[in-house]
Amino acid sequence: MNKRSLVSITDYSKEEILEVLKIASEFEKNPNCNLLAGKVVASLFFEPSTRTRLSFETAISRMGGRIVGFSDASSSSTTKGESLKDTTKMVDNYCDLIVMRHPLEGAARFASEVASVPVINAGDGANQHPTQTMLDLYSIYKTQGTLENLNIFMVGDLKYGRTVHSLLQAMSHFNPTFHFISPKELEMPQAYKLFLDELHIPYYEHTELDDVINDADILYMTRVQRERFADPLEYEKVKNVYILKNSMLAGTKDTMRILHPLPRVNEIDEDVDDNKKAYYFQQALNGVYTRQAIIFKALDLKW
Amino acid sequence: MAAKKELQVSAVENGTVIDHIPADKLFDVINVLGIQSLENTVTFGYNLVSSKLGKKAIIKIWDKFLKDDEVNKLALVAPTAKINIIKDFEVAEKKAVMVPKHVEGIAKCVNPKCITNNQKVRTKFDVVGSSPIVLKCHYCEKLTDQEHIVII
Ligand SMILES: [Zn+2]
Repeated sequence: MNKRSLVSITDYSKEEILEVLKIASEFEKNPNCNLLAGKVVASLFFEPSTRTRLSFETAISRMGGRIVGFSDASSSSTTKGESLKDTTKMVDNYCDLIVMRHPLEGAARFASEVASVPVINAGDGANQHPTQTMLDLYSIYKTQGTLENLNIFMVGDLKYGRTVHSLLQAMSHFNPTFHFISPKELEMPQAYKLFLDELHIPYYEHTELDDVINDADILYMTRVQRERFADPLEYEKVKNVYILKNSMLAGTKDTMRILHPLPRVNEIDEDVDDNKKAYYFQQALNGVYTRQAIIFKALDLKW
Repeated sequence: MAAKKELQVSAVENGTVIDHIPADKLFDVINVLGIQSLENTVTFGYNLVSSKLGKKAIIKIWDKFLKDDEVNKLALVAPTAKINIIKDFEVAEKKAVMVPKHVEGIAKCVNPKCITNNQKVRTKFDVVGSSPIVLKCHYCEKLTDQEHIVII
């Protein structure tokens, strides 16, 4: 694999995470540049994800780069049965960087081994979505002024929600305390709890969304996704369990901020949107700066 | 003299004796090593008494020495096994089966949505636990535990 790819959040060391966040803050001050002039980025979306694709394409455009690619598999040659290896090899000849979204887990890792140019994983099934994690980290860093020693509360689907798993791994560098709020059916998997035990990182599990959140620095909300459930009855049972309402925020810290990977369904009531603690819309905007920084690092660009 | 005691079924002149196989893993070992399709002489001992394993199995293969990838496969299904290399009726070498740190192209990933189960991609795992064995897929990052290991 070429070293500059970003496939999994664990590909970045603590120092690299901080380096990228620093670069992202430069892009936030000055988003437009010509650093990608003359460069071609392949944007390969084997499944549609409008939000992620637009964020990447905005990032690339603001840096003066050109984009080739497709936005869902039906417009690519994979519908004719072309293997991921062959598609990647072909595109590798044309471009300087590949951004890839694929429904199969491990697809981006495999592509990074086949390609000579760096690959940025824009989501591989339920596995990794490291640019989402980096934008979450940037949002935490920006709102709290640090990543160190924070109380991170994760709410909702902690079993299938890949964003919380990647965020947990990334935050483990920064001496956090975790609180997990979920129904029993959707609790944090054992593997991640063992990971925290090994690192002596404290975590507390709750089943009620109540004034326990008064200790939070970050309240990370997730949606419960229907497609993650084999049994639709299980989904009906848990989908409305945790809904955050404005009235529940009265006792929370002034500096606390609410994050959500978006799109939301109903887990954050709209009456929260006007509260200054609601940060999820700015969070999405941070994705453009963060992706600019990730591209900057992947291509080893210099200011 | 200890070597003589182990050769209770019949003596191998040159070849391999795989001892200390848990009895219920005998058929898995036969499968992963492809013993059913060998031309060599093979004898099995099954449900032999073992102080460590309760019931054990033993396989003797004439004129065959295991290659590294065969030892790795054996390690995945029967990590307690011991390999005796026999030359001129004597145990020339005894080796414990070592569970490797990485395994490639041997086992299947347990995740149906993994790229390795959907396209022609050779499987790769890091061995993240050794007793019981736990494999972590290099691609999808999911864990496959000992019970779910399927040898390709
Ligand atoms: Zn896998």
